Amino acid sequence: MTVAAPVLLAPPGDQVRDRAAARAFVDTHITPHANGFERAGAVPEDLLDRIGAAGLWAPFLPVEDGGAGIDMVTLGELHEEVGRGCSSVRSLLTVHTMVSWTVRRWGTAAQRERWAGVLARGEALGAFCLSEPEAGSDAAGISTRAVPAGGGWVLDGVKKWITGGQRADVFLVFAKTDASIGAFLVPRDTPGVEVRPIPEILGTRASMLAEVSFRGVRLDGDALVGPSGFTAGMVLTGTLDLGRYSVACGSVGIIQACLDACADYTSRRRVGGELLRTMPLIQAKVSDMVTDVRAARMLCAEAGRLKDAGEASTLMATWVAKYFASTAAARHASEAVQIHGANGCGDDYPVARLYRDAKVMEIIEGSNEVQRMTIAGEAYREMTR
Amino acid sequence: MSDTAQAQILTFIRGRYPQVEIDAAQDIFQLGFVNSLFAMELVMFVEKTFGVTIPNDELQLDHFRTADSMAALVGRLSPAPAGV
Ligand SMILES: Cc1cc2nc3c(=O)[nH]c(=O)nc-3n(C[C@H](O)[C@H](O)[C@H](O)COP(=O)(O)OP(=O)(O)OC[C@H]3O[C@@H](n4cnc5c(N)ncnc54)[C@H](O)[C@@H]3O)c2cc1C
Repeated sequence: MTVAAPVLLAPPGDQVRDRAAARAFVDTHITPHANGFERAGAVPEDLLDRIGAAGLWAPFLPVEDGGAGIDMVTLGELHEEVGRGCSSVRSLLTVHTMVSWTVRRWGTAAQRERWAGVLARGEALGAFCLSEPEAGSDAAGISTRAVPAGGGWVLDGVKKWITGGQRADVFLVFAKTDASIGAFLVPRDTPGVEVRPIPEILGTRASMLAEVSFRGVRLDGDALVGPSGFTAGMVLTGTLDLGRYSVACGSVGIIQACLDACADYTSRRRVGGELLRTMPLIQAKVSDMVTDVRAARMLCAEAGRLKDAGEASTLMATWVAKYFASTAAARHASEAVQIHGANGCGDDYPVARLYRDAKVMEIIEGSNEVQRMTIAGEAYREMTR
Repeated sequence: MSDTAQAQILTFIRGRYPQVEIDAAQDIFQLGFVNSLFAMELVMFVEKTFGVTIPNDELQLDHFRTADSMAALVGRLSPAPAGV
């Protein structure tokens, strides 16, 4: 059952290209098993394969690169639906999307030839490596270095909290170069790459997090994606923008899942002989979920439309969408646990997982504080215009 | 043609940073406000407004220093005259 979600008429096919197909896919293959993924601390291989068969890994890539050329609004809807089912799966999609987009947007013909098809089909899974033990919000403070050597590069450093790191086949690693911050494609099997799982984490517990070390990793010249000069920072800005969009849409999915769970539970649970759904305090919480899920969805659609139009204003629209959606998700996931009482704290319902996952959304892809500083900075800049 | 491109680029920069006085020959990097967010916005603006795709090898500092040099870049990348 979905409440306050857009009405869908299209029948699902094999390939997941629109919201209707994504919803059917998620309701069959993800939602019923999401608590189990969390307990196992992993998304199972057969689901990763199914996502590939459904063409869900990177459907925004153009057809010539192995994708389906879907627009950003639709991509956001797919990520919302996956996020409704399981934020760990959506997180894997997010980082894979970031890597695939970077190859498409900034890759040379040779890099696209090598990576785009395998990324589109999910034969190679991508992970995004920016954060380090000593640097998160402050991307300029990373200490991983890429030093030119013999026409290529030598990479040294440690990346932490890498979503999908346990499973990924290729890492998009951001490292300091003399000129700026460069982005490097590093296959997992390159000598000097070491992956250490991070099994304990508050939320997105099935997202197969890892710490990834790079020690004297020798890379060819064509490992660098995009320009190496001042504009190299743009690779990071664009990649993070898309990741933020995906997390914003995934957060809409969390709110929707909270709403669905609460509408269902309060229609069955009686307290003092009365169904919870008849009580004004419960109705107030549900009405706020309905309002916020619709508002958050519209902010995401607006950011997506601006991306499709190539408008620079999509960057700020995405910050706003992510800030609104992630904070609303954390608020409503907390209320969803509350509405479920003790059942909300256990494993028989999805809401404890939604609560843990929602907290993570307030930290990743620009924490709440960084978002507020960025949004306020833009507001003041506009005032002086 | 590049007069128009140059004027549009200047308008965009002035819109983002109204407090700075800037002309078409001025080095925007010397003004100290260019960060990666603005660089990205600038590239997106140029690509969208003039219907061009800027390849990696054109993404060099010198091509973005001034409104003049950006207009010249647009001129090189446009199949037909831009901004007519
Ligand atoms: C589950 C999970 C998955 C992740 N996946 C990835 C991944 O795939 N790839 C990757 O590179 N990283 C990943 N990360 C890391 C994530 O991007 C960082 O945690 C995030 O950028 C914040 O950085 P930090 O944790 O180092 O916090 P810090 O930067 O140390 O900040 C600590 C706190 O201070 C606040 N703060 C910072 N500056 C200010 C200020 N000026 N004023 C007020 N408060 C401030 C922050 O908002 C935060 O609350 C993941 C993290 C988690 C939890």
